[in-house]
Amino acid sequence: MSHAHPTTPAFKSNAHDALANANLQTALRNARGHFVDKRTAAAARVDTFEQIRDAGREMKNHTLAHLDLYLEEYEARVTAAGGHVHWAETAEDARRIVLEICRSVDAKTVNKGKTMISEECGINDHLAANGITPVETDLGEYIIQLRHEAPSHIIAPAVHVTVPEIEAAFRKAHSHLPPDRDLSDNATLQMEARRILREKYFQAEVGITGANMLIAETGQSVIVTNEGNGDLSQSLPRVHIVMASLEKLVPTLDDASTVLRLLARSATGQDMSVYTTFSSGPRRTQDPDGPEEYHVVLLDNGRSNMVGTEFQEMLRCIRCGACMNHCPVYQAVGGHAYGWVYPGPMGAVLTPSLIGVEEGGQLPNASTFCGRCESVCPMKIPLPKMMRHWREREFEKRLTPSAARYGIALWAFFARRPALYRFGTRLGMKALRRMAGGRGRLASLPLGGGWTGQRDFPAPQGKTFMDQWKEKRG
Amino acid sequence: MPKPTVALFVTCLVDMFRPSVAFATIKLLEQAGCRVEVPAAQTCCGQPAWNSGDTKTARSIARQVIAAFEGFDHVVAPSGSCGATIAKDYAQMFEAGDPWAERARALGAKTHEITSFLSDVMGVQGVTARLEAHATYHDSCSGLRSLGVREQPRALLGTVEGLKLTEMKESEVCCGFGGTFCVKYPEISNAMVGDKTRNAADTGAELLLAGDLGCLMNMAGKASREGRPMKARHVVEVLAGMTDTPAIGEGE
Repeated sequence: MSHAHPTTPAFKSNAHDALANANLQTALRNARGHFVDKRTAAAARVDTFEQIRDAGREMKNHTLAHLDLYLEEYEARVTAAGGHVHWAETAEDARRIVLEICRSVDAKTVNKGKTMISEECGINDHLAANGITPVETDLGEYIIQLRHEAPSHIIAPAVHVTVPEIEAAFRKAHSHLPPDRDLSDNATLQMEARRILREKYFQAEVGITGANMLIAETGQSVIVTNEGNGDLSQSLPRVHIVMASLEKLVPTLDDASTVLRLLARSATGQDMSVYTTFSSGPRRTQDPDGPEEYHVVLLDNGRSNMVGTEFQEMLRCIRCGACMNHCPVYQAVGGHAYGWVYPGPMGAVLTPSLIGVEEGGQLPNASTFCGRCESVCPMKIPLPKMMRHWREREFEKRLTPSAARYGIALWAFFARRPALYRFGTRLGMKALRRMAGGRGRLASLPLGGGWTGQRDFPAPQGKTFMDQWKEKRG
Repeated sequence: MPKPTVALFVTCLVDMFRPSVAFATIKLLEQAGCRVEVPAAQTCCGQPAWNSGDTKTARSIARQVIAAFEGFDHVVAPSGSCGATIAKDYAQMFEAGDPWAERARALGAKTHEITSFLSDVMGVQGVTARLEAHATYHDSCSGLRSLGVREQPRALLGTVEGLKLTEMKESEVCCGFGGTFCVKYPEISNAMVGDKTRNAADTGAELLLAGDLGCLMNMAGKASREGRPMKARHVVEVLAGMTDTPAIGEGE
């Protein structure tokens, strides 16, 4: 699956395939409790977790209200430290800028620490098409690169893959492996990937990383990893490119610490990630190591259009993935079903913002509005409310399927006329009861195949309540 | 002190499919010392339109509900979902400055889900019902997350003589009903409700309780299709001691 070509409108058939994929279902079941239980425990270890969430929300709201000022300050700091800030309005701009930087140093290999923005921009395909080899250094990303797949989760990119599938991918790619070598558990797989990636670290001319935050006060970019691959990807090559979207900005170092206190706890249930790296530009003359050039590609790609709209609050997202870890729809179908870079509830809001509701409209509909995502979102983003706003936009644009439109119109016609409604429900319930014939349930229902395909439909008990009440009370 | 007058919002599913839930609710309200009225102009709360993005239709139905219910001391629904629509969503349907916005807010402030109303407003500590059964309780999403209904039904169920309550795994995870979701995405909904009936059955309980008829019809329908010997009932039927009717989806 290539993220350059969204399969978002095919969510339903993607979901159908996902539900029928036994390996995927095993992987999703294995991941399920893990993230949920660990987050609950991590949040409980901090007495003030709710207050930190509120502080994070307020800080981000303040930043978004003054985004222009903080972006200016950030750029000035980066420039003063000897780095370069490149403004990319679109994904295409970002691809062009990254390629130009790579060409300027005649790069053959580019190492990458995990970055969703590079997925959003399709950097890997673009580099490969221009003769430059991108190498993913995050273990999960490395696995899916070998499998020619996109990430299915924003922090656990290979959460959809089982251990036997990883073993198969490694044996295919690492053709030197003796067939009798045991690769049946996580540890041996990790050692094998590590051995290969260690060599790659010294080959790359350019390292691309994402940024969990950009700090206006200091001009620093911050990345968190558990493998240290981000550090090696950015400090060993001659050139470090940070790819970040503009809402990653926070005003101060203190604010960055607020986000760090929320991020790992919400994401993996760790108090902190293993590595938290602050980058302050290229190496200075007295520094023993570090890149000679430091570039930040600051991507907008539609985000500034969200400012001032009912979707602005989405820009508080710190990409922890808690919403998808807790979403029963994501848990059932996995991330690839969503058909673009950002899956789960946050993707259901963000994707239509970035690629249009015409393309991404399935996603905000694929929710029961159970609200679990909002209840665990560290930044308290009202995700269901914003999905509803997308449904509203769809309805206004007449993109809602006509069966649903007519259904609502018909139902509303009766709902607004209580007497007629009583008459209709009386007849309807009588008919259903007759069809059930005393069995209490219906195994099939005209026009109700969606329900009765895999569930019985409970029959009405008897006369409607309103009829019974009228008889009783007159 | 005069008896508070409570308007019963029946909910469309209860009206059509399970009137016993409304009668049980009335019984509980009267036991708690309320006078109950059932406004005749009610049909549905408008949630299907609201959640489908048809705000204009949702607003017109909200106006109808507001006009029919605003004259009472309290509004009570045997549903966290419909209750939350009236209590929380109505106020969001109208622009600030629209006089209906204030009327919606005022109605929302006195609208409650039944178990929360009994516990939190009327201070009911227990019920007089009796049922020899082993039950498990599913937290319906809107009641749980929009209205904070969690301890109230459990506390009241704890006073039902003879009833044993065992918590299921992931009791707070959605059953996959989600209003129109269950027919728009039947396969995903089926996967979700399958997890739910399995978790419920794993407790060993023979009775599955919840506070929303939509979830209950979904779970009962799945359990029935799977051939599980599990009965499903609305929590008020147990609290009111009205369990002589067949369970949801059960034959006569």
